[in-house]
Amino acid sequence: MERKTPLYEEHVRLGGKIVPFAGWLLPVQYSGVIAEHMAVREKCGLFDVSHMGEILLKGPNAKENLNHLLTNDYTEMAPGAARYSPMCNENGGCVDDLIVYKKAEDDYFIVVNAANKDKDFAWMKEHLLPGSELTDASDDFAQIALQGPKAEEILKKLASEEDIPEGYYTAKFDRNVQGMNCIVSRTGYTGEDGFEIYLSPADAPKMWNLLLDAGKEEGLIPCGLGARDTLRLEASMPLYGHEMNDEISPRETGLGIFVKMKKEDFIGKAALVERGKPTVKRVGLKVTGRGILREHQSVLLDGKEIGHTTSGTFCPYLNQPVAMAILPKEYAEIGQALEVDVRGRKVPVEVIPLPFYKRK
Amino acid sequence: MNIPEELKYTKSHEWVKEEDGFYVVGLTDYAQEELSDLVFVNLPEVGDEVEAGETFADVESVKAASDVYSPVTGTVAEINEELLDAPEKINEDPYGAWLIKVENVSDTVELMDCAEYEKLLEEEE
Repeated sequence: MERKTPLYEEHVRLGGKIVPFAGWLLPVQYSGVIAEHMAVREKCGLFDVSHMGEILLKGPNAKENLNHLLTNDYTEMAPGAARYSPMCNENGGCVDDLIVYKKAEDDYFIVVNAANKDKDFAWMKEHLLPGSELTDASDDFAQIALQGPKAEEILKKLASEEDIPEGYYTAKFDRNVQGMNCIVSRTGYTGEDGFEIYLSPADAPKMWNLLLDAGKEEGLIPCGLGARDTLRLEASMPLYGHEMNDEISPRETGLGIFVKMKKEDFIGKAALVERGKPTVKRVGLKVTGRGILREHQSVLLDGKEIGHTTSGTFCPYLNQPVAMAILPKEYAEIGQALEVDVRGRKVPVEVIPLPFYKRK
Repeated sequence: MNIPEELKYTKSHEWVKEEDGFYVVGLTDYAQEELSDLVFVNLPEVGDEVEAGETFADVESVKAASDVYSPVTGTVAEINEELLDAPEKINEDPYGAWLIKVENVSDTVELMDCAEYEKLLEEEE
């Protein structure tokens, strides 16, 4: 049985088309994926991402635990900073990817994928070094994402300057915005500037409607999961279950910079050392023939399968079909001509650089 | 929901119209709305045989690919080439943006009139 987010009634009222996703009922679209995608690239979009999981980590050795559980390095980090990391299993595959916020020394706020939340929490709990306390606080938080070039302008109408984090990947904790206690984070999953606001589920509808009203002039519209996926794909951001999974290592999927092999130790390090330098690589594919690429399609060279696509769609802003794929390095050179098996039809493609889209 | 009276409909949400000896086939308003923003259409070639109830084309939205089923058995006489570069025309004008015209029609699937189709949509809601 799927759960409703605290914004479910708002989605229905606004005409959102509701679908089940990762155990939740969420809108896949309101006005249409293309219109919503373009609004985020050119103006601003509002997303309900309350399905995401929130985990709290506290304790004198919390930092040590982060360095043990995650591949990124958390040794030097200022309070208010956010840092992305893959989380590896003992074989060097990915349990999940997540964002860690440092609230204070010994006090961290971790955001994980909805579909993996229970698995992540169990994994972290099982591998936690004694001395820190781990809490699944997902039910205490709703999350609203305000994304697009107009995001700051809109948020400024509701929040005072000191409530708005300046740097990308930083956050302000315990802010009072319109009488609501919030974490205001300058992060997102769209490739645009924007904010993710964490707050009590009871306050979420009020915040959602205040934001929609505040952004009317700027062209802010509500957006669904459909646009969230096309936006992240156009920005070439990985998604668990697509670009990474239990088996694919972060180093094989373009996340090597988040794996600090020089760190003393972390779960999965020995396996990654053993696996050696990756022989495969995540690449971008552009369709040079006709067709739309999707996930899990075979990538062919001279008719033989050399890899597969991990995500694919038609990118509205770039106005072209693209896919990401994991391919052997020898075929991953920019300009390499290949084919993709699109439901029995061989569609010509070319390897192009990632990201497909980067904001100016 | 727009359901023109003069057309016939299939359970799989195609419309058919007999015109100048051809069967003209397209996607209904309901279909285009369910599919949402279309970004790709793959059509058969003129001269291809299509079979009633079998897929003859595929359309893709930003979200997913969907098959289109032929309401009739016959030979493709004409395809709407304009759609290959402008699939969004199906969203904009589903009853104007026909997909194919079929000749030598020897069989059809069970076709509904507009009242029956409307009832089907009510049941699907």
